[in-house]
Amino acid sequence: MPTYVRTDKCDGCKGQDKTACMYICPHDLMLLDKDGSRTGHAMKAFNQEPEQCWECYSCVKICPQNAIEVRHYADVVPLGASVQPLRGSDSIMWTIRFRNGNVKRFKFPIRTTAEGSIDPYRGKPPADRAEIERHDLLFTRGTHKVDPSQFIA
Amino acid sequence: MSEQYGFGNPEVIEEELDILIIGGGMAACGAAFEIQRWAEGTGLKVKLVDKAAMSRSGAVAMGLSAINTYMGENDPADYVRYVRSDLMGIVREDLVYDVGRHVDDSVHNFEEWGLPVWKQPGDEGKPLRDGGKPVRSGKWQIMINGESYKWIVAEAAKKALGQDRIQERVFIVRLVTDKNDPNRVAGAAGFSVREHKLYIYRFKCCLLVCGGAVNVFRPRSVGEGTGRAWYPVWNAGSTYAMAAECGAELTMMENRFVPARFKDGYGPVGAWFLLFKAKVANGMGEDYGTLRGAELKDAKRFGKYGQGVPGTCLRNHLMLNEMKEGRGPIIMDTVTAMKNLAAKMTPKEVKHLEAEAWEDFLDMTISQCGIWAGENIEPDKQPSEIMPTEPYLLGSHAGCAGIWVSGPTDLPGTPKEWSWGYNRMTTVKGLFTAGDGVGASGHKFSSGSFTEGRIAAKAMVKFALDNKDWKPEMLRSKDELVEEVYRPVKNFLQHKDYTTAIDVNPHYITPKMLQFRLQKIMDEYVAGVATWYQTNAKMLEMAEKKLVMIREDAQKMRAKDLHELLRAWENYHRILAAEAHMRHIQYRQETRYPGYYYRTDYNYIDDENWKCFVNSRYDRDTGAWELKKVPHKQLIKD
Repeated sequence: MPTYVRTDKCDGCKGQDKTACMYICPHDLMLLDKDGSRTGHAMKAFNQEPEQCWECYSCVKICPQNAIEVRHYADVVPLGASVQPLRGSDSIMWTIRFRNGNVKRFKFPIRTTAEGSIDPYRGKPPADRAEIERHDLLFTRGTHKVDPSQFIA
Repeated sequence: MSEQYGFGNPEVIEEELDILIIGGGMAACGAAFEIQRWAEGTGLKVKLVDKAAMSRSGAVAMGLSAINTYMGENDPADYVRYVRSDLMGIVREDLVYDVGRHVDDSVHNFEEWGLPVWKQPGDEGKPLRDGGKPVRSGKWQIMINGESYKWIVAEAAKKALGQDRIQERVFIVRLVTDKNDPNRVAGAAGFSVREHKLYIYRFKCCLLVCGGAVNVFRPRSVGEGTGRAWYPVWNAGSTYAMAAECGAELTMMENRFVPARFKDGYGPVGAWFLLFKAKVANGMGEDYGTLRGAELKDAKRFGKYGQGVPGTCLRNHLMLNEMKEGRGPIIMDTVTAMKNLAAKMTPKEVKHLEAEAWEDFLDMTISQCGIWAGENIEPDKQPSEIMPTEPYLLGSHAGCAGIWVSGPTDLPGTPKEWSWGYNRMTTVKGLFTAGDGVGASGHKFSSGSFTEGRIAAKAMVKFALDNKDWKPEMLRSKDELVEEVYRPVKNFLQHKDYTTAIDVNPHYITPKMLQFRLQKIMDEYVAGVATWYQTNAKMLEMAEKKLVMIREDAQKMRAKDLHELLRAWENYHRILAAEAHMRHIQYRQETRYPGYYYRTDYNYIDDENWKCFVNSRYDRDTGAWELKKVPHKQLIKD
């Protein structure tokens, strides 16, 4: 499965056109059940094709209500464990609960710059159109030194 | 008003561009970054379409715990030697070298944009670009905190290209050739998976970068676990299928990748082998690699390839032998590995080591943590099982299936037939590819795919400028394309009321059932896990008949909503990718990749007759495939 959405936490992203989980799912699995006809829970999201879920956690990490969790593949994994993240702006915290009750917690950095702050061309040269046919460089001119003596010809 | 449009009656949006980037993964992001610089001031119209959301699309969506291609202190020529050896001698060394010489700059950019890269003690805070020494988990790999790898790279790509030139949730399903030149691409058609809109783009050239092919073979887990593919489950072979249908020459589609990974979760083993120095044993606790590794020295069967460090497929071969002979399961001794490392460490360092081991999974294969937690496995207390997966088709990881492309012209000794003008252009004029799309040059991984997207982007700008006055005219009319793209919807609307049960209807087949059927054929006849990756001419002959019929039946797929239309087209693409794979295996009368697949009727490596590329071309109108040998040439000294 897969991800599941908790009825007590999901707010359907407050009636916006699309939910955060719908926006982000790489495989188009999350769907907002607007009228409740699919799930019995109106204005809440659900995973419409659990057997296609990669468990990539993109929806889990982006959900503003922390309403999405993962019950790992039922045809493979014994019940009772959980792996749940809390993703911040510069780090992610993981809580791993084992079937036997053991708990492990980890925190890892995720980025060193502020979200949205990237200027991809800062400090980079403009491209020189005269060099457009040269195979030995890209516009940043950071090519690794080539040693022609390594070639047979 | 969009209300006048509904399911089965899409609004058709037509747009004329100069360059279209199809896909949003690492190669597409690299293209977006490079293209904008060269296109500045030219007035060229560029657009990128992604079937998902760029922040989490493609193979790096979940994140990665390492960047697998970084030269650093190494010579790109050595990188070519490594790739050549791992892929059993047959690679386009010009293409591999080209990625190698440009890749480091891309990694330096990732770090500048905010990707945390592990550094050796003393070099913390010192960027790679300024000589900061990375933590290597192998000669070519560097360790990262990569949870947000794709998020960061996509942010840079989106900023570079501009949000107004990016269209997310549009799935391009079909390229269209030019009316006046059958060997030239002129446009593409696709649809929104969110709105009742169908998109038709005309352009001078396009970059086709939609990843490899997953779920072509029946996976080992067939329930909910179907989704737990090793490579991303949304990689549907669209790159290979759309290129083939456009008439592009494919290369090395017989190649596949069968990674040996932690069982069921398919968590990475690289760091365990390379960084933590863990060992594997068979079910009897024997170090089978040492005990029976000499088998690979049999030159009649493995040629020269078993003499030195064995390639990945040969290591798989030894593992498969143990399992077939009843000496499984294959176990990785994580306990001893961690104990050995901990022996020289302080308790704080041990704790850090444990976190690193878990992060390796949490960054890129979270399911593996779920399995360990569910089975109460802690790696320092209990060893874990390793298993070869179902086969995958790809060109960027440790495989080299893909499309035949033009390469750089400046590398000494490169045959002139390998370069017909623009770098990374296929044999179809105006059709470019990168990453998983480029065949015969594996081991690019995330950084190399991004870099190859950059290489292609620069060439595409040149192509578009050289063809400034050329006007694309598509061979198919708007109406024909609408009919074709929305056919599964029409099949559904026309026949849905014939039966009471929506999924059982003699007039259509659901995309899900069609996928099951494809996977069954591939698994049972084309060397899937059911036959221990073995096949022969007779089995392939059976597969050929079944694949032709499934291709015909694909016209009868139904789509009851836009989500199912997405699945219908993904599975159509899977069929063509699968057929290309089957035809290439059929044509190559040897076993080039023992451990990935076996032709039991030619169960040996035959360098004399088959140290060559196999290229194929598909004729969309007749459904026929043409295959041929293309001479191989070594460019870099041994």
